[in-house]
Amino acid sequence: MATLQTRATARIMMSPAVILLFLWMIVPLVMTLYFSFLRYNLLMPGTEENIGFLNYQYFLTDPAFFTALANTLILVGGTLLITVIGGILLALVLDQPFFGQGIVRLLVIAPFFVMPTVSALVWKNMLMHPVNGLFAWIARSFGLQPVDWFAQVPLFSIILIVAWQWLPFATLILLTALQSLDGEQKEAAEMDGAGAISRFIYLVLPHLSRAITVVILIQTIFLLSVFAEILVTTNGGPGIQTTNITYLIYMQALLQFDVGGASAGGIVAVVLANIVAFFLIRLIGKNLER
Amino acid sequence: MGSITLEKVSKSFGTTSVIPEIDLEIHDGEFVVFVGPSGCGKSTLLRMIAGLEDLSGGRIIIDGKDMSKEAPAKRGLSMVFQSYALYPHMTVYGNIAFPLKMDGQEKSVIDKKVKDAAHILNLTNYLERRPGQLSGGQRQRVAIGRAIVRQPKAFLFDEPLSNLDAALRGNMRLEISDLHHQLKTTMIYVTHDQVEAMTMADKIVVLNAGRIEQVGSPMELYRSPKNVFVAGFIGSPRMNLIEGAEAAKHKATTLGVRPEHIRISTTEGAWSGKVGVTEHLGSDTFIHTQIDGIGQVTVRTDGDFDTKHGQPIFLTPDAARLHRFGADGQVI
Ligand SMILES: Nc1ncnc2c1ncn2[C@@H]1O[C@H](COP(=O)(O)OP(=O)(O)OP(=O)(O)O)[C@@H](O)[C@H]1O
Ligand SMILES: [Mg+2]
Repeated sequence: MATLQTRATARIMMSPAVILLFLWMIVPLVMTLYFSFLRYNLLMPGTEENIGFLNYQYFLTDPAFFTALANTLILVGGTLLITVIGGILLALVLDQPFFGQGIVRLLVIAPFFVMPTVSALVWKNMLMHPVNGLFAWIARSFGLQPVDWFAQVPLFSIILIVAWQWLPFATLILLTALQSLDGEQKEAAEMDGAGAISRFIYLVLPHLSRAITVVILIQTIFLLSVFAEILVTTNGGPGIQTTNITYLIYMQALLQFDVGGASAGGIVAVVLANIVAFFLIRLIGKNLER
Repeated sequence: MGSITLEKVSKSFGTTSVIPEIDLEIHDGEFVVFVGPSGCGKSTLLRMIAGLEDLSGGRIIIDGKDMSKEAPAKRGLSMVFQSYALYPHMTVYGNIAFPLKMDGQEKSVIDKKVKDAAHILNLTNYLERRPGQLSGGQRQRVAIGRAIVRQPKAFLFDEPLSNLDAALRGNMRLEISDLHHQLKTTMIYVTHDQVEAMTMADKIVVLNAGRIEQVGSPMELYRSPKNVFVAGFIGSPRMNLIEGAEAAKHKATTLGVRPEHIRISTTEGAWSGKVGVTEHLGSDTFIHTQIDGIGQVTVRTDGDFDTKHGQPIFLTPDAARLHRFGADGQVI
């Protein structure tokens, strides 16, 4: 796009896509914004009227809100921790030449293709079930008391499920990054007397930093809005122990039929996501430059 | 100290044998150049000495100790890679200091050694830069700096100059030779460029398909090549290799005569023919001639010799400097 002519043409050509995308985003956003200032409860039709910031006031002073906020952050942080560390380890293993490498790589990617609802159901009923689950059976065969996952450590159980789903993504990105590490650099480090651990710390980890940043950014975006796994397994309970912001909004809208309150919650969630994104970019985004 | 002995060293990848069997003696302080065409196994041999590649057979003895199975770091050698293999996220300082840090040396000692190396290599002003912010020649020097701080028994270079442009290559050639005179450490240098080999080496090892064709000083190889391969490889422009009736006259299968050992004249001589392409280099002129009954012969003469394409020409080879090779390619 060197000349003025080509730049103008390019703008005209791009405009339909840009306009469509813009509308796609702005219409729902404006409607949500509009609803959030209304008293709008499906149980009381006909009483819609502008009530200012009342919806926001209710949502933000709800004690459940702070629990949900904390749960959201713990869920995101815990999952990131497991997937990044697990992803690095798995990528290191998969990078080694071994028999059946192709099949194993395929198997590692497989969880990514399983729908969240399905995987949550499988985890709930086949693995973590306190009576029929595989984990309970393993615990019993060692003579231990089985763990009732969703009652005793509900949030951790959700983190485990979500992490299982996102591990393949992290592994895949980190594996490709690992494979692009220059072989001669590794050999040079070997000749310089660096052992396997030093090579990992001084060579592999810095090389992976950019890929790790990408994994963290992308996963954070998706993990802020985890929903299906919670709905299928714990319904946000026990109590509100596994209720995150997304689930709180869902309860507001569809269990209490309060569209106005849910819209206010939605806007709050958007603002929160942007705050998180802002700090993330500030914190690790400079890794992407260079 | 840095003497290296290869005893019956061989290497095969799977079923393909890359190096059948090599015996070689490298003395302390020598500058040895491995030279040969692409794919002849130079890098493989160097990597075997470094310990980056396992031996299929034979032994490598460094300073009297069998090091065939030792890890690369234990052999006390340093290597400069063709791609430099600098650590991109470390500064120049960090790169040069890395081997010392891995060796567990003290901060103050490391600092002194890095500064010394940077001084020798003219890198003092670049210590805080990253490799990405350096030119090719500077990166090359950093790679060398990283190699010299460990004070290795020997340096291994794998085509270190092939990524540089011609002028810089000439400079770096001098700098490396200079460094060798300063440090007096054994150096093994791999290249496919026979000019680098001739100008830098104390001893040239000519390799062909994993075999050693000849070992000797540059002038030995130039004056008395043992076989047709070495004759054709060493010297620029290439030695004229003449077969057929003219060679038979001298009781040889192949007759070799260097372009600089042919007298050229427009009036009389032993061979007659026509001028083909003429290359003027300023100081020298290379004239490619088509000689009746012999074929193409290249002559080197002084810069002022003027010819026209297609002009008749007469050549006389210097009889004392003819190289005669038998049917097996060996010198007679
Ligand atoms: N890992 C490998 N597996 C199989 N064959 C190999 C391997 N590495 C090298 N070879 C073969 O060994 C031969 C020698 O390779 P090497 O890299 O030593 O050549 P070289 O003399 O350094 O050539 P160049 O001047 O092009 O660098 C080549 O024919 C190459 O195909
Ligand atoms: Mg090579």
